Amino acid sequence: MTDEFVVKATIMDDAAIERALVRIAHEIVERNKGVEDVVLIGIRRRGVPLAERLAAYISEFEGVSVPTGELDITLYRDDLTLRHDRPVVHETNVPFDVTGRVVVLVDDVLFTGRTIRAAMDALVDFGRPSAIQLTVLIDRGHRELPIRPDFVGKNVPTSRSELVEVKVPPVDSTHDYQVVIMEKAEGVE
Amino acid sequence: MTEAGQLQRKDILGLEELSRQEIELILQTAQSMTEVLQRTIKQVPTLRGRTVLNLFYEPSTRTKGSFDLACKYMSCGTISVSKASSSLVKGESLRDTVRNIEVMGPEAIIMRHPSPGAPHYLARMVSSSVINAGDGAHEHPTQGLLDLLTIQQHKGGFEGLEVAIIGDILHSRVARSDIWGLNKLGARVTVCGPASLLPPVMDQFDCRVTTDVEEAVRGVDVIYVLRVQSERQQQSFFPSLREYHRLYGIDVRRLALADSDALLMHPGPMNRGIEITTDVADGPQSVILQQVPNGVAVRMALLYLLLGGG
Repeated sequence: MTDEFVVKATIMDDAAIERALVRIAHEIVERNKGVEDVVLIGIRRRGVPLAERLAAYISEFEGVSVPTGELDITLYRDDLTLRHDRPVVHETNVPFDVTGRVVVLVDDVLFTGRTIRAAMDALVDFGRPSAIQLTVLIDRGHRELPIRPDFVGKNVPTSRSELVEVKVPPVDSTHDYQVVIMEKAEGVE
Repeated sequence: MTEAGQLQRKDILGLEELSRQEIELILQTAQSMTEVLQRTIKQVPTLRGRTVLNLFYEPSTRTKGSFDLACKYMSCGTISVSKASSSLVKGESLRDTVRNIEVMGPEAIIMRHPSPGAPHYLARMVSSSVINAGDGAHEHPTQGLLDLLTIQQHKGGFEGLEVAIIGDILHSRVARSDIWGLNKLGARVTVCGPASLLPPVMDQFDCRVTTDVEEAVRGVDVIYVLRVQSERQQQSFFPSLREYHRLYGIDVRRLALADSDALLMHPGPMNRGIEITTDVADGPQSVILQQVPNGVAVRMALLYLLLGGG
């Protein structure tokens, strides 16, 4: 499928992403008046390195380490019966109790909101967080569910037919973080 | 862009048919399922609204219980038919039983049957997925897969691993599934038992055959002890249980001949004091009790891989 798409524009380069993540790290601390009860949970796969980077910034500013976890939402998807392929189930790793804590979910791109619905369903199976907040690097619109992010790296208006790709090491074979918009190649329908 | 986690098949009938890639996908998925089993709430909503039929023509405690749990944890409904309570005792043929059940519409049928090939016959007749839960002395693929998962968790991989399977190879569907799987993943297998309990022809398998247990276990990474099927004892495959224990039973002394990190495995139910002594069965190298939850994880993985998509 990727073959039919070509890069239309680079929306964020490594430096822009770093600035956005530093700002979000500050906003998370500010919103929660510290990070005492805060945990970060990245949604596999690209949310995981993003959550770890946010945790590193927060520990740099605040001098405390914030627990991070990894959530695989495959078993909670609502589109399994509609798909022809079958996504690989990866391991979830939430090595702490979420009950009574503020869980900040981290993902790369917010689109329809269905991944976040699945993530919240998965999360409440682990306990009862006092609150769930949502961080995304890119909000590209086109929500299909009443879900909104609390912390956003960049709002990017897109058309539905475009793709937004976030390149994150080590998930993608790249050194630099990057966000690109892709569109269907000319002459390919 | 999603990794395609596809099994290119409707049924799981044996490890003989599975490719190395398919086995690795099943093990990877099952490993992810082991995390679900550690949660307080073990149920995930993945297979809501699906129905699985358990068709057991032979007694089974752990396999059936394990499939039942796997179905419940994946949120699919189950109906169970066992031989004693079914129309089979009224003389209904397997074909007719299955035709009637199929119109009830289960997405998968899990079958245990004393005749080798019965699940294959079923799989050809129905559009539902069929999982073989043991067919005679032929294959027991979910046991084979849970054994592989247990080995992988402890040894990391299979390439060059030495595995000794001890006991009644002739009647063992577990041994057959294990050998197929281990061969495909690159492990080296030695089978050992009394000559009367070794198949006359082992050419289809890539394994070493011996009747000397001490030679079989020397330096190996895994000792897999099979159950003595004492119901076969009347057929005089070996002179006495006592002699079997003396010649083939795994005890501290024989376990010590294997690699110092060797795993000790058994499919259950164990005959303590016959094929295995209590001190090694409950000892530090035994992973027998880890095989059981791994069985649930493997069955959850297969249900997901067979029924999880459109």
